[in-house]
Amino acid sequence: MLGLSKKDAGLLLIVGLLCLFAPFILNPFPEGSAMAQFNGGYPDLMQRLVIFGIFAIGFNILFGLTGYLSFGHAAFLGVGSYAAIWMMKLLTMNIVPAIMISVLVAGLFSLLVGWISLRRSGIYFSILTLAFAQMSYALAYSVLTPITGGETGLQPKYTDPRILDSALPAGQSPRANLFGLDMKATSQLEIGDWVFTFNAGYYIAAIIMLIAFYLSMRIFRSPLGMMLRAVKSNQQRMNYTGLNSKPYTLAAFVISGMYAGLAGGLLVAMDTQVGAERMFWTASGEVVLMTILGGAGTLIGPILGAGFIKYMENIVSKINESVLEQWFAFMPDWMGDFMVSIVYPFVGKGWNLTLGLLFMLVVIFLPGGLVEGGQRIGKLFRRKKSEPETPDGKTTPAE
Amino acid sequence: MGILEVKNVNKRFGGLQALGNVNLSIAENSVHAIIGPNGAGKSTLLNVLVGKLIPDTGSVMFDGQSVLGRKPYEINQMGISRVFQTPEIFGDLSVQENMMIPCFAKRDGSFMMNGYASVESQRDMLDKAEEMLVEMKLADKRHMHAAAMSRGDKRRLEIAMCLAQDPRLLLLDEPTAGMARADTNNTIDLLKQIKEERDITIAIIEHDMHVVFSLAERITVLAQGTPLVEDTPDNIKGHPKVREAYLGESQDAA
Ligand SMILES: Nc1ncnc2c1ncn2[C@@H]1O[C@H](COP(=O)(O)OP(=O)(O)OP(=O)(O)O)[C@@H](O)[C@H]1O
Ligand SMILES: [Mg+2]
Repeated sequence: MLGLSKKDAGLLLIVGLLCLFAPFILNPFPEGSAMAQFNGGYPDLMQRLVIFGIFAIGFNILFGLTGYLSFGHAAFLGVGSYAAIWMMKLLTMNIVPAIMISVLVAGLFSLLVGWISLRRSGIYFSILTLAFAQMSYALAYSVLTPITGGETGLQPKYTDPRILDSALPAGQSPRANLFGLDMKATSQLEIGDWVFTFNAGYYIAAIIMLIAFYLSMRIFRSPLGMMLRAVKSNQQRMNYTGLNSKPYTLAAFVISGMYAGLAGGLLVAMDTQVGAERMFWTASGEVVLMTILGGAGTLIGPILGAGFIKYMENIVSKINESVLEQWFAFMPDWMGDFMVSIVYPFVGKGWNLTLGLLFMLVVIFLPGGLVEGGQRIGKLFRRKKSEPETPDGKTTPAE
Repeated sequence: MGILEVKNVNKRFGGLQALGNVNLSIAENSVHAIIGPNGAGKSTLLNVLVGKLIPDTGSVMFDGQSVLGRKPYEINQMGISRVFQTPEIFGDLSVQENMMIPCFAKRDGSFMMNGYASVESQRDMLDKAEEMLVEMKLADKRHMHAAAMSRGDKRRLEIAMCLAQDPRLLLLDEPTAGMARADTNNTIDLLKQIKEERDITIAIIEHDMHVVFSLAERITVLAQGTPLVEDTPDNIKGHPKVREAYLGESQDAA
């Protein structure tokens, strides 16, 4: 189906269904309950989950396949965002040109950065990409203020030319749309105590993520994907087999840069503003974490990693002291206080601490990331089920 | 005029003259062995031939074209394949994928942006790889991780990968180093079979005299970076200079 193997088509279908039903899946708790804190089914977060999914899927094409660890991919995301916002200022609030230009500009920029950085490999390559990204950040933050808005960033204004759009009614702020469909258009479904939110922007971003995921699957299964894994495995053998590894790595770099640009453009489409902090090195580090946490080199891993980290960032960081007190209210006072003081450093502003610990645990015990964890659990179940019958020692290589 | 012509090649490493005025001609469709004591410059010479090292002076012509200044992948595309002293394969890939990569390199050249079609849809490549795997008796291992194979099988796979490109010149650097006797004999048989079945020139560096005298049609003896003599195996065996320089120490082994 669609040129995919049965297994891959199944995976695509699962991701598609998860995206479709995300508003339900992420909102398992009734409104107003103590657990409602963990509901993630609101548009802003759902959009971020899929957009950063795209970012990580692209990053995985470079890092997962070729092993080249870029520490500067946020620069491409940021460039994509700036390009998109300029389209919205000059041309139209329709997101189509904005997203197309963001992919294009990020692609060109990554071609330049990749062409230079790929002269080195290993740690030197990583440092070069980091240097580029930090330069981009510094430029956006100060020198290029006329183009980037510097500290304050950019957003579409009432007074922008927008030559393709008709004039806005007085006082109305410009809104991102897809041929008239407002990205913020939202409807709600109430079932008993539960409230589910459906948002146009989310579904558009989700569809784009599915397409991006599909394309990355095709790349993984293609001769190009095989060559990229060959780069990671043994460049010496590659060169002595008549293959020029440089254009292969550059292709992977540019493709992943375009994915980053797409993510940057979508961020603007959903929330029409951009600031230089989007290119800061911590943002580049985050996509590395996502990919490794989910499982570098696997198909679904980056999506899982991105979802996991963005969920944590938004949910765990919202838990404050009063929420904790509410949780532990059933305990005797002294015990409740004790629990609060233990848990408190790991939530709210301290969510990074939780993330860091989880990351360490994964890297040490599950080097293949969450995907490996899932596979181990799957194997455990299969073994249990097949135990009464003849257990066969057949092992298939991990995917 | 041989398929490979090396003229007046010199290579210094600091104060060390690794190659001094090397002249070598390898005839098309022959098996040519290069022997010599440790540090004689054999690997250095090979590295010059495949573009890993650039000599200080001299020329290297392959089939009438200069090799010097070209990148290793370009030289390979000209028709020279190399087997390394320790097998160099794609350890993280399956044996079948290892086999397919040189097939793709042969068909598509040094770079091809083929990112949408699936590998499975490239029937001609799958068939070619399968054919080689069967010929090299590796077919039952096609889904194995290449890194998990035995050393003998890795060597076999590496030779198979080189052959899949139909090279005109196959360079082997001590293909039996560190192998048990049985594996060594298998490798000799394999190379003999390869030679019988196709038009190929083989240049082999080897310490094991058993291997050299079983395969070679001509032998060049290298000592301290300079060719001492070049002759047929029979003449080399009795050559006094060679005995003195090299064979004396390993006569009983041979
Ligand atoms: N890259 C290098 N830099 C400096 N010296 C080198 C380099 N490569 C080789 N040499 C020196 O050049 C000389 C020839 O080395 P080479 O590896 O060609 O010998 P060899 O004939 O292959 O020996 P062996 O039989 O031990 O493999 C040696 O003295 C070696 O130390
Ligand atoms: Mg050597």
